[in-house]
Amino acid sequence: MSDTPGDLKFLSSHEWVRVEADGSVTVGISDHAQDLLGDIVFVELPEIGLSVDAENDAAIVESVKAASDVCSPISGEVTEVNSMLEDQPEIINSSPYEDGWFYKMTPSDLGEIDNLLSPEDYSEVCEV
Amino acid sequence: MTQLNKTALHSSHEKLSAKMVNFAQWEMPITYSSLMEEHYAVRKSAGIFDVSHMAVFDFNGGNQISFFEKIFANDIKKIANENKALYGVLLNDNGGILDDLIIYHANDKFRLVSNCSTREQNANWYKKHAAKFGVDVIERQDMGILAIQGPKAIKKILAINEVSSEIMKLDPFECIFSGDHLYARTGYTGEDGLELIVPNDVIVNLWDLALAEGCTPIGLGARDTLRLEAGLNLYGNDMTENNHPYESNLAWTIDMKDESRNFIGKQALLSINKDKCKKIIGVVLKDRGVLRPGYEITHAQGKGIILSGTYSPTLEASIGLARVDPGYGDTGQVTIRHKELNINFVSPRFLRQGKI
Repeated sequence: MSDTPGDLKFLSSHEWVRVEADGSVTVGISDHAQDLLGDIVFVELPEIGLSVDAENDAAIVESVKAASDVCSPISGEVTEVNSMLEDQPEIINSSPYEDGWFYKMTPSDLGEIDNLLSPEDYSEVCEV
Repeated sequence: MTQLNKTALHSSHEKLSAKMVNFAQWEMPITYSSLMEEHYAVRKSAGIFDVSHMAVFDFNGGNQISFFEKIFANDIKKIANENKALYGVLLNDNGGILDDLIIYHANDKFRLVSNCSTREQNANWYKKHAAKFGVDVIERQDMGILAIQGPKAIKKILAINEVSSEIMKLDPFECIFSGDHLYARTGYTGEDGLELIVPNDVIVNLWDLALAEGCTPIGLGARDTLRLEAGLNLYGNDMTENNHPYESNLAWTIDMKDESRNFIGKQALLSINKDKCKKIIGVVLKDRGVLRPGYEITHAQGKGIILSGTYSPTLEASIGLARVDPGYGDTGQVTIRHKELNINFVSPRFLRQGKI
């Protein structure tokens, strides 16, 4: 996982968050997760305005092979979703950390970030 | 943990960095590159599959025709004087499907291929019944199976000198022995192609030669999407011991024309009202989402359940097979995560000869 951006934090269930300059956070799934799933063909994104709790389901991602829940790494309110994924979910396979983001949110407690894994710790989880 | 079984091609798969999975206690490739790319390779050109996990049986001596007439719900006499393959099911006394299988007949020999997960059950079943007909059952664990499938499959195999040029003469469902090698124009993808049932000691070389001819290696992932687009049942998913053939889209494999033939399960089948039983039907999801096994269906006059479901790369929509109550029309609903979505009921043969 040498190409994992260093500014991300991870859940062991393979979701990432990035704190943006304006204090919002962006959520997606890891390169390892998209590789495990294979060709992604469908996503169900949360409604804008939805309040989600940390480690609760916020979205669904489905590949040809399987369906998987996407947990929110931290709590907050969804402010924007990546609607491009509805027609081109395969973007998640090709760009999991950039164009393949799922949603943005206003965090209710940014301190929750400290509970998440660093890229190094996360890559250890993936190797188990 | 028990050691998983490996096919003779295991190291060939590792060399190609295939993703391996446990499939019925066999370590098998699920994808090599991407499932979609592998799927399209078979629909547009040619793909090669290692399906050596399946069980191969040969038979020796005794009255083999009477034996197959007894255990096989299709009538073996259809191929007894031909060089041909015949698909059908093994039934128990209740008419429940023990397995689906293909029996090949060529050069006065029978060879049978049945599923991997039912290997032991079937071996015991064959042996138990074969004894009454003086037939020896030989499980060919020394045999592997390559399937080469796609519009360009035959052309690519013809370029391989190690495969007998006799394959040129084969029509669909025909087969021929060349020594102990069986070549059959059969498959599980809805495409033209061949299955080569050959000894393990030649299979690695044949695999390499086929790759050199441009065949794309295909994993079990695309094997499943290909067979579902072709509307072919998967044993264990679409039918089990608890299902009879009439509710499994397999009525066409039941042959009762010879009234004197008393195959196992026949009496039970005669008591079933074919018009009133459930049916397997094709389903296309009209809304966004992916059909998965276990999802519940409703239609104007009843209910049903998705048995196999996936995303169809060719149709660019989600498709599935469902077992539904009779009286279904053209449309219905499926419940996915508490939402009711729209489905169309269609023929299970989503594609014919690889075309929509």
